[in-house]
Order: sequence, then structure tokens, then C-alpha cells
Amino acid sequence: MNELLLEYLPILIFLGIAGGLAAAIIVASLIIAPQRPDPEKLSAYECGFEAFEDARTRFDVRFYLVAILFIIFDLEVAFLFPWAVSLGEIGVFGFWSMVVFLGILTVGFVYEWRKGALEWE
Amino acid sequence: MAEFWTGYAWPAIWIGLQVVAIIIPLLLCVAYLVYAERKVIAAIHLRRGPNVVGPYGLLQPIADGMKLFFKETVIPTGANRGVFIIAPVLTFTLALIAWAVIPVGDGLVIADINVGILYLFAISSLGVYGILMAGWASNSKYAFLGGLRSAAQMVSYEVSMGFIIISVLLVVGSLNLSDIVNAQRHIWFVIPLFPMAVIFFVSTLAETNRHPFDLPEAEAELVSGYNVEYSSMAFALFFLGEYANMILMSAMTTILFLGGWLPPFNVAPFTWIPGPIWFAAKIAFCLFIFLWVRATFPRYRYDQLMRLGWKVFLPISLAAVVIVGGVVLAFDIQSLVK
Repeated sequence: MNELLLEYLPILIFLGIAGGLAAAIIVASLIIAPQRPDPEKLSAYECGFEAFEDARTRFDVRFYLVAILFIIFDLEVAFLFPWAVSLGEIGVFGFWSMVVFLGILTVGFVYEWRKGALEWE
Repeated sequence: MAEFWTGYAWPAIWIGLQVVAIIIPLLLCVAYLVYAERKVIAAIHLRRGPNVVGPYGLLQPIADGMKLFFKETVIPTGANRGVFIIAPVLTFTLALIAWAVIPVGDGLVIADINVGILYLFAISSLGVYGILMAGWASNSKYAFLGGLRSAAQMVSYEVSMGFIIISVLLVVGSLNLSDIVNAQRHIWFVIPLFPMAVIFFVSTLAETNRHPFDLPEAEAELVSGYNVEYSSMAFALFFLGEYANMILMSAMTTILFLGGWLPPFNVAPFTWIPGPIWFAAKIAFCLFIFLWVRATFPRYRYDQLMRLGWKVFLPISLAAVVIVGGVVLAFDIQSLVK
């Protein structure tokens, strides 16, 4: 098998053991512990009241904004990983190329800030 | 047939044993971290803490675990049953598998992959899915709001964590975790990169939803947030996963900034102590700060939390990447630490 893929075999085995352990713990508890469900016990918790409406209602649009901003900046981090490792070889030219890229992103960031996308009152 | 045993079966069994040798001490550490948390906070409050079950209350975590194990698993009628059960399993599994790449000593690592830090970053990012799935599947308002808050908080601080990791990588020039530790044999990165180390540690507090950033489970308003509908071992898996994540984040801080398994000074009495003990001691130190912070600071408001993440940490860490990059290039530091 490919040497590179072989390095990841222990991770696969680890994943199998950890996932199996987690599933086994839940299943064992389900089997051993006494289960006596009744309708009141199985209703969603809401301070003693019957639930007024479905829990999956509208929520604040800012959560979407945060998610979108996160995607932009996390992609940027993903770009920076190979750059950081090879900075010794790509030298001054590579450094300034990335500074320009970061500069463009900073302009977008400043725009968001001024527009109030980062405000939570 | 003989080829099958020597070629595949024995190596697989050997790796399996190594995995078990990591998982069992880790789970014991998680159990006793809960005990240590109660004892440390009790000491800070001038109380005694758990002291009834066993000598000094040392059997308390075992008793708690047995109690949870024999409780009924409640699955609410409105919940998506499949996702509801998978969420804690996912959280727990992710908290464990990150340890596959952590070097606990010189060469003592299960999978010494050359993109170790990237793997750690990816696994810790996936943690948000367990919480989102739990919040959505419960079909309860508290759980839903807690899940949303938690997801937004975790992704916000992940960005600045990513930038801090980049600034360490700039100095080291490698993604391999053993290389990162070996690059610190002259000086731990906490000294030259001190502001980044502080930001990284505060971000790990937010990433693990710990005090003072425990908004998702704010018990006064959200009655413990995304895991409010969970009971029995499903709840215990969330709980264990959260504490295992604390240990993992302390291990990351140790590897990136506190010199991993290296002794503080490379002279006689310090070098007698083996590497894994130094590693464990540094993790214990970081965990103590986690507990200390919990007992000391009041909780942030949600807008303050977001402001700190996006308007303070993000610009500072972005600037840090450029500054560290410039210094590394000017003094050719990558070849110095090799």
C-alpha cells in the first residue's frame, strides 16, 4: 500500500475504537438501565408549561452573518498554512504577495466593521 | 495465511493496543479532572469539596459515573431520534481521536503524520457539529438557542486560533507536531510569542465553552443549553467530551507554546525526569488555569464575547501573522530553529 496512506491507518483504527466505545456505552446503558417512559417525561423542557410552539422558529440573522464571515476567514487561514511552511523558500516575493492578499481581505473586514456587521447589542 | 498474520493482523493488533493505552489513561484523567475541578473550586471558596465517597472523596467520579450509567435514557417525543443519539457519540469520538497525533514524548506518538497541526485544527473544528446536531435534534427552545450560540462562539474564536497557529508555523516551518516541539529546545515559544500565547489560551477557553465564555450553557437563562434534553450516558458522553476537549486544548497549548515534553532547562536534575512526565505536568498546569479562571471571573455578556473575538483578537492575530512573518524572513529564523 502507499506509504503516505499507511501513516493514516492508526488514525482509522483509533476512529473505529473510539466510535465503537461511544456507541457501546450508550447501548449498554439503554439495555441495563430500567426504561419507563411516560408522555410527561418525554415532553420538551419548558419551565413547567406545555410548549407554546415548535422550537424551530425564526432566529437572529446575525448568526448567518457570523457563519459567512467565518467561512471567509477560515479559508484565508487555509491559504496561509502552505505559505507559512514554505516562507523560507519563497522569500521576499512570497511574503509581499501574501501581504497584498491580506491587505485586500483587511479592506473587506474594515467594510464589514463600518457597516455594523459585527455589532451585537 | 502466515503472510496475513505478519503483514496485517499483528500490526493492526499492536496499533489497537497503543490506542487503548492512550484512551484508558485519558478517560481516567477526564474523570479525575472533574474531581480536581470540584476540589480546586472548593478550595478557592474555602469549602471542602467532595469528601464522603472514599478517602478524600477520591471515589466520587466513579460513583457519579455509575449513577449516570443506571439512569433512564430519555428521548423527547419531538426529537429526531437518530440525530439525537448520534450527537453525543460524535462529540465524544472527536474528543478522543485527536489524541492519535499528539506526541506525549520524544517519538511516543501513534500516528506521526506530517500535517499533525492541520489534523488537530480540523478535528477541533468538527466539534461544533456535535453541539449543533444536539441543539437542533432536541426540538426544545433552550437547546436550540444554546446550540446556535455555541456554534457562533466556537467559529468566531476558531479564526483567531487559526491565525495564532499560523504565526507559530511561520517560526517552525513544519506542520509536524514533533518538529514544533523540537524547534523549542532553545527557548519555549511562550517567551518570544507571549501575546499570541495569551490570545491562544483565551481562545481555547471560548472554544471549549468554559468560563468566562460559557454562554451556551448559561444556567440562569438557558438551563445548560444544548444538552438540556439529555440524560443518562448520552449526557455523560457530552460531559466527558467537553472535559476531554479541555485536556486536548491544554495539550495543544503545551505543544505550541510550552515546549511539549522538553524540560524547562537542559541541565542535569531536569533532564532526569522523562519527557511524558514533563508533558503531563504542563497539561496539568494549563488545566489548573482553566479551573482558576472559572472560580475567579464573572461570565461575559454575548455582545462582549463577540466583540472580543471579532474586534480585538482577530485584528491583533492578523497583524501578528504579518509581523512574525516579516521578522522570520528578515532574520531567517526557519533555518535557525531547524
